[in-house]
Amino acid sequence: MAAAAPALVRLPPLFDALFPGAERRVEIVASSVQELVDELDARWPGMRDRICDSTPAVRRHINVFVEGRRATLATPLKPGADVYILTAISGG
Amino acid sequence: MGAKTILLVGTKKGLFLLESDADRRDWELKGPFCEMWPINHAIVDPATGVIHAAGGNEWFGPAIWRSDDLGASWSHSSRGLAYAAGEEPIKAAWSLAAGHGRLYAGVDPAGLFVSEDGGASFAHVAGLQETPSRPEWTAGGAGLILHSLVLHPDDPNQVWVGVSAAGVFHTADGGATWSPRNRGTRADFLPEGQNYPDHGQCVHCVVMAPGRPNRLYQQNHCGMYRSDDGGVSWTSVERGLPSSFGFPVAAHPRDPERFYLSPLNGDIAGRFMPDAKAAIWSTGDGGATWTAHREGLPQRNAYFNVLRQAMATDRHDPAGVYFGTGSGELYASRDEGATWTRIAEHLPTISSVETYVVED
Repeated sequence: MAAAAPALVRLPPLFDALFPGAERRVEIVASSVQELVDELDARWPGMRDRICDSTPAVRRHINVFVEGRRATLATPLKPGADVYILTAISGG
Repeated sequence: MGAKTILLVGTKKGLFLLESDADRRDWELKGPFCEMWPINHAIVDPATGVIHAAGGNEWFGPAIWRSDDLGASWSHSSRGLAYAAGEEPIKAAWSLAAGHGRLYAGVDPAGLFVSEDGGASFAHVAGLQETPSRPEWTAGGAGLILHSLVLHPDDPNQVWVGVSAAGVFHTADGGATWSPRNRGTRADFLPEGQNYPDHGQCVHCVVMAPGRPNRLYQQNHCGMYRSDDGGVSWTSVERGLPSSFGFPVAAHPRDPERFYLSPLNGDIAGRFMPDAKAAIWSTGDGGATWTAHREGLPQRNAYFNVLRQAMATDRHDPAGVYFGTGSGELYASRDEGATWTRIAEHLPTISSVETYVVED
């Protein structure tokens, strides 16, 4: 069976400093946002903790968009899904 | 031999370092570090020379930052710095203490974590959550934070913690069990007749006197206190001070009778310098008598505060004393508090000040 098409994932620019060497755009084969985050953490240890809290849930001020819609960890990913992980408006 | 004096200044927008020599007249400011995360507390582990900085970011959650080269390069970790799934997640790390080969971290919501590998990973000291009063702990204005961490210099099994607003707790068995250490400290915010509870006091800061592990000093929301029995009982030392309210307390590096406070005008009076005139108060007799130090500090329109971890001493002789303000100014005394100089201004709100002296 041919491998599923990977999702195209865009990571927040702030990750450049937090995870030296991490790519801004990355292709990952995953069937859900949870699987995608697990794979990101495997590639760049600690990345899960920056995206998710221990509930576990996507952090309050982090937004994961799948095909243009806000997603949760349970959101399924279709082959070739279009994913953005963004920092939300926050701070002072 | 020369000595480098380093100040670690945690702010709402990153960690700053100030460097000087043993003379401490001229300071060089570096930073902001830690990617401008709010840094609640930063220390140098004297055994390793590594900087550890505790914080939490609205986007990315809690982490402990680490620099092995005095600020030139940084990494961060929150591995293991988490409660169990389903529990309220940790918002931020608030306090650090290093000793006996361990690094302790206090967090919000109140809890204690320990690292045996220099901050690469952490384990929960779960015994504190099992203390019988835990369900009754309530948050203070800054959250339900574990902000004071005091290690026994000789006994690795003894730790004191201060939690707002739950009080002081002590373990003698390495964190397995904890007992409240609040007898004699007031809770003015409770109904009449209930002002000396077992727990629930709003402790603001606890430090240990040098060379005398049973001597603790405490700044509380409701008074200043000394203990000579490891916190089993506390005696008020606020007589002679301009108010009963303040946040930090700092111990002299060698004299167990001498410590420093920054009284504010009161919890419902604005929480700034009394009469808007800045002063640091010191005692040389364990709190029996007090002296105000004002030389070099603003004596008009000083509407700033000094937060709970924002005052420290260094180990030089004479000792340096330092404090940072909510308005982003950093003041230094190189003569044990007698005279003061502003050594930085226009910083973000200062959360913490610590010192590190290293031989060149």
